[in-house]
Amino acid sequence: MQKLVYLIPLFPLVSFAIIALFGSRLSKSVVSYLAPSSILASFVVALVIFTTQVSNNHAITVPLMSWIHVGGFNAEFSFLVDALSILFTLVITGVGFLIHVYSTGYMHDEKDYNRYFAYLNLFVFFMLLLVLGDNFLLMFVGWEGVGLCSYLLIGFWFKNINYSNAANKAFIMNRIGDLGFLLGIILTFGVFGSINYHEVFAQVGTLVIDGKLITYITMLLFIGAMGKSAQIPLYTWLPDAMAGPTPVSALIHAATMVTAGIYMVARCSTLFSAAPDTMLFISIIGIATALLSATIALFQNDIKKVLAYSTVSQLGLIFCALGVGAFSAGVFHVVTHAFFKALLFLGAGSVIHGMSGDQDIRNMGGLKRKMPVTFITFLIGTIAIAGIPPFAGFFSKDQMLAEIYLHNKVLFVLALVVSLMTAFYMFRLFFLTFTGDFRGSNAQLGHLHESPKSMTIPLMVLAVLSVVGGFIGFPHELGHVLNIHHWLDGFLASTLKMDTLEMSFNTEMVLMAVTVMLIALVIIIASILFVSKKQIPAEDEAPMSLIKEVIYHKYYIDELYDALIVKPMDKIAVLFYGSMERLGIDAFVNNIGTSVINWSQLLRLSQTGGLGFYVMAMVISIVLLMLMFFV
Amino acid sequence: MLVLLIVILPVLFASLLVLFQDKHAKNIALLGALANLGLGLYAFFAFKKTPGCSCFYWHTDWVQSLGADFYIKADGINLILILLTTLLVPFIIQSATGRTIQHPKAYFGLILLMQSALLGLFLAKDALLFYLFWELALIPIYLICLVWGGEGRQRITFKFFLYTLTGSLFMLLAIIFLWLHNPAKNFMLSDFYTVGAHLPVKEQLLVFVAFYLAFAIKMPIFPLHTWQPDTYVNAPTQGTMLLSGIMLKMGTFAVVVWLIPMVPMGWQIASKYVVLLSVVSVVYGSFMALAQKDFKRMLAYSSLGHVGLIAAGIFSWNLQGVQGALYQMLSHGINVVALFYVADIILNRMQTDKMQQLGGIRSISKVFSVLFLIVLLGSIALPLTNGFVGEFLLIHGVFQFNTVSAVFAGLTVILGAVYMLRAYQLMMHGETNTLTASFGLLTLNEKVLLSCFAVLIIAFGCFPNIVLSISEEPVKQLLLQVHHISNIK
Repeated sequence: MQKLVYLIPLFPLVSFAIIALFGSRLSKSVVSYLAPSSILASFVVALVIFTTQVSNNHAITVPLMSWIHVGGFNAEFSFLVDALSILFTLVITGVGFLIHVYSTGYMHDEKDYNRYFAYLNLFVFFMLLLVLGDNFLLMFVGWEGVGLCSYLLIGFWFKNINYSNAANKAFIMNRIGDLGFLLGIILTFGVFGSINYHEVFAQVGTLVIDGKLITYITMLLFIGAMGKSAQIPLYTWLPDAMAGPTPVSALIHAATMVTAGIYMVARCSTLFSAAPDTMLFISIIGIATALLSATIALFQNDIKKVLAYSTVSQLGLIFCALGVGAFSAGVFHVVTHAFFKALLFLGAGSVIHGMSGDQDIRNMGGLKRKMPVTFITFLIGTIAIAGIPPFAGFFSKDQMLAEIYLHNKVLFVLALVVSLMTAFYMFRLFFLTFTGDFRGSNAQLGHLHESPKSMTIPLMVLAVLSVVGGFIGFPHELGHVLNIHHWLDGFLASTLKMDTLEMSFNTEMVLMAVTVMLIALVIIIASILFVSKKQIPAEDEAPMSLIKEVIYHKYYIDELYDALIVKPMDKIAVLFYGSMERLGIDAFVNNIGTSVINWSQLLRLSQTGGLGFYVMAMVISIVLLMLMFFV
Repeated sequence: MLVLLIVILPVLFASLLVLFQDKHAKNIALLGALANLGLGLYAFFAFKKTPGCSCFYWHTDWVQSLGADFYIKADGINLILILLTTLLVPFIIQSATGRTIQHPKAYFGLILLMQSALLGLFLAKDALLFYLFWELALIPIYLICLVWGGEGRQRITFKFFLYTLTGSLFMLLAIIFLWLHNPAKNFMLSDFYTVGAHLPVKEQLLVFVAFYLAFAIKMPIFPLHTWQPDTYVNAPTQGTMLLSGIMLKMGTFAVVVWLIPMVPMGWQIASKYVVLLSVVSVVYGSFMALAQKDFKRMLAYSSLGHVGLIAAGIFSWNLQGVQGALYQMLSHGINVVALFYVADIILNRMQTDKMQQLGGIRSISKVFSVLFLIVLLGSIALPLTNGFVGEFLLIHGVFQFNTVSAVFAGLTVILGAVYMLRAYQLMMHGETNTLTASFGLLTLNEKVLLSCFAVLIIAFGCFPNIVLSISEEPVKQLLLQVHHISNIK
C-alpha cells in the first residue's frame, strides 16, 4: 500500500503539466475541476496510507531512482513514509484542497486564472516533495521549489512593480537561508558520509562524533529554517509577501510553506537534540521573533498584514518550543495553526472580496450583518488562535507553554506575553472588522455581500477543524484523569525525539487556568476598547508617541536593511566597476599594450635606412665586443 | 576512425559550402552540425557500452622529426566536451535564422572550422597537436569577431587576440620545456605525465604557472578577464555563443587534463592560491554583474563568476569538485548560450539591451517570459535544473578543500539570484512602455530553439547520472595519479 506514495506528488505534477502546456486552450471551468481534484486525489491516497500507517506504525522507504551519484555521494529520489511525513502530507493536501476550491471562487474574474492554478499545483508538488523526501537533498529540492512558486505567486500581478519587488525580496532572502542549508547538507555528508535521514540519525549518539560538528551542522540547517520560516533576521519578506493573492497567503505563507523550517527541525530532532547550543539559539531566535512581530501586529491596520505578523509570531513561538525539545508540541501547533490561520486568511480574503479589494480595517466595521458566514467562521478562527478551550489552538499552545515552562521560566513568561498580545491584536482585528458601524464609502457599502459558496464552504470546513482539531493532542495529565490518550504524541513517537519531562497534574491545571484567565481578561479589554468605546486607529498622518511611531513603522527594520545592506552593496558594485575594473585592471592591461607600441616606435627610430649609421653601429659593437673579451 | 570523422566532418561541410549559394549556406552548415551531433551522441553512448572499441582513437605519424604524432582518442572525460560541442553548434547555427548576416558562406564556414578545431583540441593526446588545435581555434573566432562584430571591433578584437596569444606563448614554452626533458623525445600526453611528475618541485611550479596563464586567460579568471566583457558584447551573437558556450571550456578542460596531472607538485604548492583566485573571480564577477545596466554585459560578468566556480572546483582536485566541474561545463554551456539567445531576441527587436529602458515584456509574450524564466532558473541553479547539479557538486568539492572558500564561492547562490531576478524584473515585469509595446510574439524558430533549451535544462537537471557515470572512472584515475605522486614526495 505504501508503494502508492509516489502518486501523492504525481497528481499535482501532472495537473500542473497539463495546465502549463495546454493552458491557453483549456477553459476556466476545466481548470477549476482539474486543479482541485488533483489535490483531492493526493489527499485520498495519503488518507489510505495514513489509515494503514496507524495500524502498523513503522517507516517505509519507497525508492524511485538515483539522482546525483558521485563516488560515495548518492542522492536518491526516494520517498519516506512515516508518521511525521504522512501527517504533513495530510495537512498539505487537505488544507491545500480546500484552498484550491476557495480559489476557484476568489480568482473567478482573474484573466490569468489558468496560470494561477498551474503555479498552485506546482507548489503543492514541491511541498509534498519536501516532506516526503527521504534525504536532505530531496528536501532541499522541495525547499527551493516552493520558494520558486512563492516567488511566482507573490509576483502574480507582475505589472505592479511593488509586487514584483516583494517577490524578488522573498526569493533572495530565502536564498540567503538556502546557502546555509546547502552548506549544512554538505557538512552533514562530510561528517556522516551520507545524506539519508535514516543513515545519519542512526549514527548520532552511537559513533564518537565531535559535538561541535553537530552544532555547526544544526546551525547551518537552522539558517535555512530562518529564511523559509521567516525568523529574525530573515523575516521581513513574509509581510511583503502579502502582495500575492489572498488564498496564496493562506496556503503558502501561513499553513504550509513557512512551516517547512519547523518540519526540518522536527525531522532532524535527533540531530538537534544532540546540539544543546543550537537548541538554545533556536529558542532565543524564536521568542525574539515572536515578541517583535507580535508588537508590530498590535498597530497594523491592513487586515492581511496583521495576519502576516501573527504568522511570524506564531512560527517564532513554535521555534521557541522546538528549542526546548518540545518537538511533538511544535508539530501539533503546526497542524492546528494550519487550520485556524488558513481559516483566518481565507476569511480575510472573503472580507477583501466583499470590500472590493480594500484591506484597511479602518474602512471596515459592522460586516457581521452583511457577511454572516465569514463573521462566524472568522470568530471561530480568532478564538482558536487566542487559545480559548476547547478550540484547536488552545490544546497545542497549552502543550507548548507547558513544556517551555518546564525548561525555562523566563522563556515561559515571554511566551505567555506573546500569547496575550496575540489574543489582543486578533480580537482588535475581529472587532474592528465585524462589529460597530461601517466606516467605508457608500460605493463599498452598496457592493458589500457574502462570498459565493465555493468560498464559504471551505471556510466552514476549516472552522469545524479549528474547533475539533485540538482533540488529536488531548493534554497528557488531563488525559490520564479522563482516560483520553494523547493520540498525536503516540503517533509521532516513532519519528520524533520525545520529551521525557512530565509535569504534575496540579501544575498543569494551574498553568492552564492562569493562561486562560489572562487571555479572557485581554479579550475583555479589547472588547471594551473597540466595541464599547468604539476606538478606531488613527490616520497615518496623525501624531503618534515615539514608541508607537517606531513600532508602527515595524522598527524601521526594512529601512535599516536597505541602508545597511541593499544600497551599500549596489554602491560598492558600481564603485568597483568604475574604479577597480575600468580604471584599474583594464587600464593597466591597456597601458601594457600601449607601452609596447611606444617602445617599438622608439626602437623603430634606429632603423634609419642610412648606410653610414649602420656601419657606425657595427664598428661600435665590434669594439665593445672586443673590449668584453679582453678585459 | 569515428573520432577522426567527428573532427573532420565540420571541415568537410565548411568546404562544401563553397559550392552552394549564399541563401543555402546556413542550412548546409546546419546539416553538417546535425550530422556531427548524431556522431557525437553515437560516440557518447557507444563508449558506455564498448569503451575499448578501436573507433575511439586515431593514431598516425605527423611531424616525425620532432616525434609529434597525430593522436586523438576519446575517453570518459573529453566525451562530455564532445557532447557539449556537437550539441551546441547546431543551436548556434540555427540561432542565426531570421537575422541578416553578410557573407553567410564565410560566416558559417568559420563556425564549422571553429568546431573542428575545438573537437580536435578536446580529443588530442599529443601536446603539439593540442597546441596546434589551441591556436587553430583562435583564428576563426578572431575573424568572426573582427568582420561581423559591432562598433569598435578592431580595437576590441585585437586586444582579445593579443591576450590569448600571450597566454599560448607561455604554454608553448612549457610544452617545449617538457619535450626537452622527455627522453623519448615525443609529445605524448602519457609520457608528459611521467616527465612532468618527475621534475624538481621548482620546475613543476614554473610549468604550472606557464600553463595556468594560458588557461586562466581563456576561461577567464580574475584579474586576466578584461578582454572578456568587451569581446562578448561586441562579437556577433553566434561568436559570443561560441566564446562563452564552448571556447572558455578549453581552459577549464585543459586544467583537468593538461595541467594538474602533468605537474602534481606544482598543483600542490599553487592550489591554495589558484583556488583563491577562482573564488575571487566568483565574488568579483557576481559583484560586477550587479553593477551592469546592459543585459549582455551583465551576462558576460555572470559568466566570469560561474567559470570561477568551475575553476575552484577543479583546483580543489577531488571527485565532487572535478565531476561537478565537468558537469557544469556542459550545463553552463547550454545555459549561457540560451541566455545570449534571449539577449539576441531582445536586442533584435528593441535595438537595445539597456535594462532600464525595457519592461513589461511579460504581458506581451507569455511564451517568451516562461522560456526565459526556465533558462534563468537553470542559470541560478534551482534544483531539478542542470545548473544545480554542477553548482552543488562544485561547492561540495571546494568545501572539502577549504571551508571558508566554499562559503565565499557559495555567495554565487545569493548574488546570482539578485542580479538575474533584477534583470528579469526590469525587462519583463512592470507596465509595457512605448518601446516594449512593439515587442511582438516569438517566431516559430525562436520558440522551438528556446523550448529545446528549456527541455535540456530540466532533463540534465533530473538525470545527471547519464553524464556523471561516464567520467567517474577516468576522473578517479587522474585524481589517484596526482594524489599518489604528491603523497610520495
